[in-house]
Amino acid sequence: MARLKGRGVAAVNYPTGMNLGGDPSQALIHATTTGSFVITLSSVDLGQGIKTVGAQIAAETLGVPYESVMIDTADTDTGPHCMGTFASRGTHRIGNAIMMAAKEAREVMMCVAATELEVDAGDLVTDGKGRIHVNGAPDKGIAVLDVALAAHFKHGKTISGRGMYLKPKSEVVPETGEMDPDSCQAHACTIAEVEVDDETGDVTVLKMTNAYEIGRAMNPALAHQQIVGGAWMGISHALYETTEPYYPNRAHGPLDFSEYLMPGPGDIAEMDSVIIERPSSNGPYGAKGIGEMTANSPIPAIANAIFDACGVRVTSMPITPEKILRGLDALRGNPN
Amino acid sequence: MKHSVVSLTINGAERQMLVAPGSTLIDVLRESQGLTGTRRGCEQGACGTCTVLVDGKTAMSCMLPVETIEGAHVETIEGLTPPQGLHPIQEAFLQGFATQCGFCTSGMIMVAAALLAKNPNPSREDVVRAISGNICRCTGYEAIIDAILDAAVRIRSAAHAEAA
Ligand code: FES
Ligand code: FES
Repeated sequence: MARLKGRGVAAVNYPTGMNLGGDPSQALIHATTTGSFVITLSSVDLGQGIKTVGAQIAAETLGVPYESVMIDTADTDTGPHCMGTFASRGTHRIGNAIMMAAKEAREVMMCVAATELEVDAGDLVTDGKGRIHVNGAPDKGIAVLDVALAAHFKHGKTISGRGMYLKPKSEVVPETGEMDPDSCQAHACTIAEVEVDDETGDVTVLKMTNAYEIGRAMNPALAHQQIVGGAWMGISHALYETTEPYYPNRAHGPLDFSEYLMPGPGDIAEMDSVIIERPSSNGPYGAKGIGEMTANSPIPAIANAIFDACGVRVTSMPITPEKILRGLDALRGNPN
Repeated sequence: MKHSVVSLTINGAERQMLVAPGSTLIDVLRESQGLTGTRRGCEQGACGTCTVLVDGKTAMSCMLPVETIEGAHVETIEGLTPPQGLHPIQEAFLQGFATQCGFCTSGMIMVAAALLAKNPNPSREDVVRAISGNICRCTGYEAIIDAILDAAVRIRSAAHAEAA
């Protein structure tokens, strides 16, 4: 009876976005009279942080403070079209749409500022703090608030912009099966260290070390959070989740999602993660998607670590104590 | 069966309400009191997201028939939040990125409040035990545990500063 230690490695190459009949997301942006900007989307923030990252992208493109950007993810009936938050596409697709919209709005904003200052729009720069001024002459400037007021009340203009990002449909080449399914690919590698109890079949994940290459990390703290949360989901998927996990008799098993077994706060592993940034050519500011992939490499890494620890190769999930004990029996030549 | 009148002190204010038989505390909080910071998750005592404090102790508000707690003092996330700014536990959750979708957050914070009231200097294991009845589907728990430990430090140093 022993607790056997093992280590396993797995890597994943993960697509950003998908390509069915073309994959669009759109965004609209407009300035209010107070010089803040509202971005209307029908994309949903379910905790992954698209509101935060979208506002960062808009602020950077407009040249205004992050605080003056509001994101309204109001309603899929009334908002500009979004295919949805799936396929790790949000930051890339919606981010690109926001960037396009913000660029258009910035042009109008600079035009109005130029008229107000009686200079050429091409000579103007934003300071990122809420002012627009002549390049090299910070004193010759105007607050974004005053530009918004002038646009509304003097010029009858809307400082607004449209963003329509489309990943066009890619047809399959019939001869070769080739197509272009995604926009870029992110990469990750996980090393899992586990302990297997050869008497009970119980697996404890001791440590996970992750490296992620996700283009530019738009918000490293959020990206890190996704890695940790995703690794936990990976542990959950690898070892726990099914509607019939530990019970050979279906009637004794959980019947619905609320009864899924999942690792609790006492079952989490020590985690060490690094982010490597290699900007993509087509994501907003070089971003790629990270959403789904974070639950991927942990799973085969754990399976490999279990094999390393006790020699049992399990090829279906979840890897329950029962499967490990049956595997150990088989290795020892005991009939099941 | 008839409706009955129940009196509760909710976030410091005395309230009387007419409740249908079998109404749970969460029904009353969310529907008649408009206190929607308390989340309804599983409605079967399994997820902890509906946690509030009843007479200072954590309780799953989806499991409590409100007629059985006549006269009790109930505290919700709205009561914990100061009129200005945030409670140190909320501050720690915010700074520590301990929330993603936020659905579990008010339950986690109420559990933390009860823990820290009893034990201002908890170990990591104490925190894990305290939140073990609360499910989070997003964060992987690590950030939540760290935030509660950080909140303990914040509350202790605030108390220290006050005493000095
Ligand atoms: S809603 Fe009360 S425990 Fe889940
Ligand atoms: S943050 Fe989503 S459930 Fe905890």
